[in-house]
Amino acid sequence: MGRLLSRIICVSRSRASRSRFVSPNGYSPFRDPGHVSRVSGSGFLRAPWFLGGAKSFSSETDRRESIEYDVVIVGAGPAGLSAAIRLKHLCRERDFDLSVCVVEKGPQVGAHVLSGNVFEPRALNELLPDWRNEEAPVDVPVSSDKFWYLTKDRAFALPCPFDNRGNYVISLSQLTRWMGVKAEELGVEIYPGFAAGEVLYDSNDNVVGIGTNDMGISKDGSKKETFQHGVELKGKLTLLAEGCRGSLSEKIISKYNLRGKVQAQHQTYALGIKEVWEIDENKHEPGAVLHTLGWPLDHKTYGGSFLYHMKDRQVSIGLVIALNYQNPYLNPYEEFQKFKQHPAIKSLLEGGTVIQYGARTLNEGGFQSIPYPVFPGGALVGCSAGFLNVPKIKGTHTAMKSGMLAAEAAFSVLSEGSSIEVYWDFLRQSWIWEELKKARNYRPAFEYGLLPGLAISGLEHYLFKGRLPFTLKHGKPDHEATNEAKLHTPIEYPRADGILSFDVAMSLHRSNTNHEHDQPAHLRLRDPTIPELVNLTVYAGPESRYCPARVYEYVPDAKGELKLQINAQNCLHCKACDIKDPKQNIEWTVPEGGGGPGYSVM
Amino acid sequence: MKIMVAVKRVVDYAVKIRVKPDKTGVETQNVKMSMNPFCEIALEEALRIRESGLASEVVAVSVGPAQCVDTLRTGLAMGADRGIHVEFKDGLNPLSVAKVLRALVEAEKPGLLILGKQAIDDDCNQTGQMLAGLLKWPQGTFASKVTLDKEKRVATVDREVDGGIETVLLDLPAVITTDLRLNQPRYATLPNIMKAKSKVIKKYTPEDLNVEIKSDLEVLQVTEPPKRKAGVVVSSVNELIDKLKNEARVI
Repeated sequence: MGRLLSRIICVSRSRASRSRFVSPNGYSPFRDPGHVSRVSGSGFLRAPWFLGGAKSFSSETDRRESIEYDVVIVGAGPAGLSAAIRLKHLCRERDFDLSVCVVEKGPQVGAHVLSGNVFEPRALNELLPDWRNEEAPVDVPVSSDKFWYLTKDRAFALPCPFDNRGNYVISLSQLTRWMGVKAEELGVEIYPGFAAGEVLYDSNDNVVGIGTNDMGISKDGSKKETFQHGVELKGKLTLLAEGCRGSLSEKIISKYNLRGKVQAQHQTYALGIKEVWEIDENKHEPGAVLHTLGWPLDHKTYGGSFLYHMKDRQVSIGLVIALNYQNPYLNPYEEFQKFKQHPAIKSLLEGGTVIQYGARTLNEGGFQSIPYPVFPGGALVGCSAGFLNVPKIKGTHTAMKSGMLAAEAAFSVLSEGSSIEVYWDFLRQSWIWEELKKARNYRPAFEYGLLPGLAISGLEHYLFKGRLPFTLKHGKPDHEATNEAKLHTPIEYPRADGILSFDVAMSLHRSNTNHEHDQPAHLRLRDPTIPELVNLTVYAGPESRYCPARVYEYVPDAKGELKLQINAQNCLHCKACDIKDPKQNIEWTVPEGGGGPGYSVM
Repeated sequence: MKIMVAVKRVVDYAVKIRVKPDKTGVETQNVKMSMNPFCEIALEEALRIRESGLASEVVAVSVGPAQCVDTLRTGLAMGADRGIHVEFKDGLNPLSVAKVLRALVEAEKPGLLILGKQAIDDDCNQTGQMLAGLLKWPQGTFASKVTLDKEKRVATVDREVDGGIETVLLDLPAVITTDLRLNQPRYATLPNIMKAKSKVIKKYTPEDLNVEIKSDLEVLQVTEPPKRKAGVVVSSVNELIDKLKNEARVI
């Protein structure tokens, strides 16, 4: 018989005074130096706790309910769900039950999942070997693989560097939803609509779980009629599976110096902007895969496009731009709209309709940027750590595998008392490591420009295959790479034609994005004066250009001076601003759960 | 007194809907579904009445496919005491739903029925009224305020009508349908969602209730509204009259 560990629902009664009071359940609210405030993340402009904050919720946080699980997972994406499923499989195999809870900020599982996606089923084969007989939405095998270099009017076919035989064109949002169903069948508890706003620590600075955001707080920080406290989800182990640039994950990485521990480099990123179109039957080839380089991007800007044919006449099309671009006038969204006007692309889309739109950042740091993924009380899985294989442009299979390995480590911790640090060993002994190590020198080679990058990549691909004895380094962090505006001229982008190209408002409508409007803005400025003083004057307000949701706008105030306006309700949760803001002044925090985009076929 | 609330599972209000390529309806595959916003308001009102001591139990009912259970679970998480699911796959219409609800009313004997004024997918605004007619109960529709008097067994309902607000006094049992300004529905909290898993949802089929679901209407086609054409600027009154007479043919 398995040993069933029951959940205890209790009310924690820590008195949140500003003294070093340690609450009965063992943790002290104000010890953490990393600004992980005990008062939940939603509420008011960030102010140090000792100044009292704009509104005082301190006295209220002590009445949150506390619910205990063996494992708490933040994020119901491919990595988080793989971990949950693997855990439950191990429980069944070894007859030792564990309670697993997954919280997800999106309104349903898959709502915040966006990816190309040409899927390598390697991890899925290990996790759920019978997936073919269980109606997994992985049913369009890759039928062709093309690679073009584009100029403004022409397309030149290049030898295809990818090998996608055995892979499938999928909608990752759909696959994630299917995985969610599988996880629930195994007894995993999944709670969409709940945002993990803070990490919970004990008096020894170990992570003991997460706290969900309070809900029903109005724009000025006061409680609305519908106010509800968040809850504390305590886990013997906490796995953070928030995807690229996870808000809690970044805090944990910085707090425990997880990159320093293994001399990892900083993470580098790209922004992907994507649409799903329904095109003419006679233009549709299920499984066709196309990647392009070159136009509309210049030789200093790393990036390219993708066009994948799914089923039901649907195609995924998108443009990915590395966020270390230098020109502050670059507008990734407009570049994507421009891209669709290329004659070779236009002909495919004409006569079709757009079904959905979205955007998300992705990791490009690869092997060099992998942090030590273990912290006291938990681990990082998936893109929160960063296992995307950049030359393959695939991160789903490694994210899933990392979730599975974390589950195996977690199981041994909870059933045999080993240390969670075995996760690091499992990672380094797995195919993730071997694969990412082999792929490590492609992306950094592009620091020297497009042509040298292509040349070195060619050598790597055909000759060296990762066996060179050195590892190339990344350039500056993305936010430092932006040049001052005076070194560049503004780019004139063509107006949207409403047929192939669209304005942001129209695209946003197609992302099904929505947030409860009467809530504090979840995009926080560490210093409220910097946007007008620095961003605008030195860099011409780049956030008003790279944000794919038009969240940031400089509008004239009553005196005619330009002021930053934050339209937080539009946010697609892509995290580009958190990454690219030159002074790292913008902090993306998680808004009230259930908001954000509503992707279903992305 | 028992209150019965009917809730409908519809396409989530934030989703951009599109018509299926075969024009038989709206695409609902892979689309997020939620409880109809007006039904949320109805449930919230029922919960507030119970919390004020004027009712003893709130029962949530949903008629539809198997996934309606998810909608009922949300209702239970908000605070309903138990749920009833009448399973029926496809082809419901307001009159059939009203007949099903009438059968349930005969089984459950509630003192008050609260429904949303209309569903956001079909915008029919018929079920509550038809149900009241079948039961021969008084109805207070488009409610923006509801006050119960338990002793006198009446409900005072402010109705939002075109001319303003109309106040009606209904003898209980009655049917009330809710409008937007009635209340702000509460969030279903995580602990309540967890507790709701153990609340009971009773299952019926229309046959169990001796109701035949049929429709006298057949949907021929569903299309998007025609795209709005650009306007034309005319340069003189004569040109305007000419266009109105000869092109638009309205004079």
